[in-house]
Order: sequence, then C-alpha cells, then structure tokens
Amino acid sequence: MNPNYLDFEQPIADLEVKIEELQLVGTDNEINIVAEIENLREKSTRLTEKIYANLSSWDIVKVARHPLRPYTLDYIPRIFTDFDELHGDRHFGDDRAIVGGLARLGERTVMVIGQEKGRAVKDKVLRNFGMPKPEGYRKALRLMELAERFKVPVVTLIDTPGAYPGIDSEERGISESIAQNLAVMSRLATPIVCIVIGEGSSGGALGIGVGDHLAMLQYATYFVISPEGCANIIWKSTEHASDAAEAMGVTSSVLQELGIVDATIPEPLGGAHRDVDLMAERIRAHITAQLDALEQLPLEDVLTKRYQRLMSYGN
Amino acid sequence: MSWINKILPSGVRSQESEKRSNVPEGLWKKCVKCDAVLYRPDVDRNDDVCPKCDHHMRIGARRRLAIFLDQDTGEEILADIEPVDRLKFRDKKRYRDRLSAAQKSTGEKDALVAMRGELRGLPIVCVAFEFNFHGGSMGYAVGEKFTRAAHLALEQRAPLVCFAASGGARMQEALISLMQMAKTSAVLERMKLQGVPYISVMTDPIYGGVSASLALLGDVNIAEPDARAGFAGPNIIEQTIRQKLPKGFQRSEFLLEHGAIDMIVHRTQMRDTIAGLLSKLTHQPLRAATPEAPPDEDTTDAEGEPEEVLEGESESESEDRAEDQRREERKDKLEENASVDD
Repeated sequence: MNPNYLDFEQPIADLEVKIEELQLVGTDNEINIVAEIENLREKSTRLTEKIYANLSSWDIVKVARHPLRPYTLDYIPRIFTDFDELHGDRHFGDDRAIVGGLARLGERTVMVIGQEKGRAVKDKVLRNFGMPKPEGYRKALRLMELAERFKVPVVTLIDTPGAYPGIDSEERGISESIAQNLAVMSRLATPIVCIVIGEGSSGGALGIGVGDHLAMLQYATYFVISPEGCANIIWKSTEHASDAAEAMGVTSSVLQELGIVDATIPEPLGGAHRDVDLMAERIRAHITAQLDALEQLPLEDVLTKRYQRLMSYGN
Repeated sequence: MSWINKILPSGVRSQESEKRSNVPEGLWKKCVKCDAVLYRPDVDRNDDVCPKCDHHMRIGARRRLAIFLDQDTGEEILADIEPVDRLKFRDKKRYRDRLSAAQKSTGEKDALVAMRGELRGLPIVCVAFEFNFHGGSMGYAVGEKFTRAAHLALEQRAPLVCFAASGGARMQEALISLMQMAKTSAVLERMKLQGVPYISVMTDPIYGGVSASLALLGDVNIAEPDARAGFAGPNIIEQTIRQKLPKGFQRSEFLLEHGAIDMIVHRTQMRDTIAGLLSKLTHQPLRAATPEAPPDEDTTDAEGEPEEVLEGESESESEDRAEDQRREERKDKLEENASVDD
C-alpha cells in the first residue's frame, strides 16, 4: 500500500505507478507511449473525480488527516507576506502547537493564528502533534488582544486533534484557558475570520474558532468528539468510527446546512495536498473577500451580528 | 442467595427480596463512600452529606435548588425549553428515544433546571444541572436555557449562580453542542462587562465542554469538597501519557492548589458563603437567617469554627441524631451571628 494514498485511493495509486513505469520505459521505446501516458493520466483524473464525488464522512475525516495535508506553516508563506512570528504567553512559555504573528494580506495587516501539527517526526514532537496546552491558548489570546488594540483583523487557521489531554495541561488550567478565549473572542473589537483547514477537534479547535465568519475547506472536518471517541463511548469499539462520523455530521456540507459553517472553500481534485499553491490562493481570496465585506460595516454592527449569531446556535 | 432462598417457591422469594429492598429505600441510606448505613432523615437534614464521613452525595437539580434558595422563594423559569434532534442522530438507538427515556426517568425536559428566587432575601437567578439526564451533558436545550437565564439576570441585574454537574458536551447534538460552549461563554462575558456577578459552583463531576466554558468563567469559582473536575477524563489522559495519574488528580483540592478555583465550600455552608460573597459584591444587605426550628436552651458554644461543627462523630445512631440536631442549631446560631455582623 502506498502511504501517500489513502485506502480508498489505492486504485489511483496503482494507476500512478503504471504512469511512472511507462515514463521510465518511454526513453528507450518508440511505441506511441506518449499517447498511452496521456490516456492513463486522463483515466487517473476521471477515477479521482469518481472516487472523490462519493466520499463518505469517514473518508473525508481521513483526507483531513492525510499525512501530506498542508498545515498552517505551509499556508502562511503562500497566503500572507512579511510574517513576523510572535512568541509566548508571557506567563509560562511558548507553545509551538499554536503559531501566531503579524503579517500582510495584500495591503492590509492581519494577525494570523493557527494550530500546527508539524511535518517531520522531530517537528511533530516539537509541535506536540498540534495539541495545544493552556499556554498556547493564552498566547493566542494575547495576540488577539494585541490585534484589537491596533485595529488589526484576526485570521485563525484551525487544525488540531484536540487540546492536549495531559497532567500539565490540567494543572495549568486547560479548561479555563479555552473558556477565556471563547468569552473574549465573542466581543473582541476587531473582525475575526476562522478557517478550518484540516481537523477541527472539539474545544481545542473552538478555542481559536469564535468569530464573524467560519469557513471550512471542502475536505476538512469539525466535530465535538472524534469519531473514534464517539464510537468508543456508544459502540464500545473504535471500529464503528465511520458510523459515528456519519451520525455526527462532521463535514462542511452538513455543518453548513445546520447554519454553523458559513462557507466551504473547494479543494483541488484529490484534496488540498495535490496542489497546495492553488489551495492557498483560494483561501487567500476567500479571506480577503470576507475581510473586505466585514470592514465595510461599522465595527459596532460587526460585534452585534457576531453576538446574535452566537446566540442563535441551535435555534 | 442462601440455600433456603433456593428452595423457596419463586413467588415467595421475590416477595421476600422486594420487602428487603424496600426497607433501606425508605428509611435507611448507604453512603457510597464509607458504606455506613445512615438514617435517612439525618442525611436529608445534612443536605445529603454523609454525617459519618462528610461525603457529598450526588443530588438532583431540584433538590439542589430547594436546599440553596430561601424556602418557598424558588419559581421555575424557562421550563418550556425542549431538546431538538436536528441531526436525527441514531446509533444503536435513536437519540429521540433516548431523550424520551431520560425525560421519563427524570421528569425533566433536559439537563438544566432554572429558577428565580431569593438567597437570604437577595433576588438571584439560579440554575442547576441534572446529572441523571444524559450525564448532565450540554446540548442545545441546556445552552439555550443557561443563556436565557443569564440574559434574565442581566436584565434584572440579579446575580447568577450555577451548580454544574456534567460529563461535557452532548455527542448526539454534535457541533450544535460544541457551539453552546461559545454561546454560554459569550453571555457570561456580557455579564462580566456589565458588572452583574456570576458564581460558578462545581459539583461532582464536571468534564469537557462544560468545564471549558461556563463552569470556569465565574467571577468566583467554588467547588464542593472532593468533586472531580477537569477538561479530559482520567482514562483519556492515562491512555495518552501511558502512566498512572497522581492521587487526588482533578479533585477540588487539586483545583484549589493549582489556582483554578477560589474556594472549596461545604454543602451545608454553601448558602451562607455565597450569600456573603454576593452581599459584598452587590453592596446589598442580607436578610437575617431564619432558623428552621425555634431555638431552645441549648448551651452549645456558637463561636466554634464551621469545620469543627461538622466533624463531630459519635458511635451510636441515636447519639448521631441528637448530635445532628445540635449541629443544626449551632449552624442556625452561626447564621444569626453572621447576619448580626453584616
């Protein structure tokens, strides 16, 4: 099995192997190999389209967690320019699972804050696999309040398997740190745009996820408990994760229907990792359009609308 | 089952066992912590705290509100809010059926009960979680009721007191439940900005989404003794870090030590403590505590520390009962003293 492809993508992987082989053969053979490769490429595209048109909720969770899926630090240099990373919560430490700083989005200054899972093994450990501790949420809060003081809009990129469930996390008040962010973000006097780029897991995601606009990438996922966790509680077995994913409605289409998510940003064929530049460009365009619209309104109206929207959840 | 039960005809046997199980249900209660068999009226008088080992037993939302608010002042509000199954969630059973079962067994529409009432004469809004309803989990109905109760508190500038007991966000309402965290936190931030006090009392247990929102956002955070509260459940933490958790982890005492809460308050002291805090925060006087029974010529020293009042233990049950009564009276005297000081 090719680790760069998910289980349901294996037929595509097989075709890609064939194409590669043909390309190698191509140099010393005269048969119409170019046409054959072209043919196979087209077949692969059609196959990908077909597979991706029928993804189950659980398949989408897998794409959202794909090992090659672009993370916050893949997007920041592609979406923004002139990024100055800012570190630390000023109380305890600097949590590398949350990255934040000032950057430019076109002409405008923004505060960008995102969870980072880390790519290579060493990096994953440094980033705690994208599981923030209290100091991460407190750093995010500090940066948001900084943005508020200087009238800079906030952009958050959500991608976490959850806030870190550990002794130190509990000792330093992980619950309080998330709760505080929810409270302050509900009234932070600057526009906030939130994008779920990968995995939005529960309170750990929501801790940087309250704002004026919430968008999800097409194959991102957002849930109150991981499908495995839900399956474990209800069915007493993680094997029912796909049932749990289906029942909870963890994809952008369901969440948009529920009125929780405002927009879905389409991904390149086969997922964001197949064309990171294209994906980044679409996110950039989406954020820019949202901030343009939000900045047209008096700030007071933005805040009133944000509060009303929070109050309407579930109605 | 003893040999004699085995040879008895089944009809006789079931009658026997019914009779046996009926007795403790009525008059006697066993403490889950120290296993002591307790005389039920003693337990009731002691606000469901074990008179032997001081264990704070779990109590329902209505009982909680009844022992907390001034007698006969509690008036239920927002009783019409019902849960909504927006996702048509079903696992092995339909969520709708699970809801009906929970409603039938608890008599509540969902896991939160809200009341308007008085605390030592101070008008307050008070909400309490019903843990027996889906583990006190927060879905739309809980979030909505909490939020509307808080808005009512804001309108009337009356303090809000919340007794939370919850396993967290309700899975069956998925992201709608998660968003209730944001919703309740937002209204509490409004209360904070407008200077209307919010007291959060954590009672055993509080986890997940309720912990990471309304339970830890109090102007004053209080916990009952030995209550468990945390973000992630101990099992999940143990699985993640692959080591045993230290003793007392995520208990009230742990929370106090790590600065998450302001104080641990014994259930029998809850009314007076919160009344005192709210009186100080709102600059309003309290009504003198009215003793539940007319005081007799008991000469017990009323100056004693509240902890001392509660820790006495005696051997026989009748002695215990007498002791309890003396405690009650001492408590009343303490309340009187406190009100004189105010």
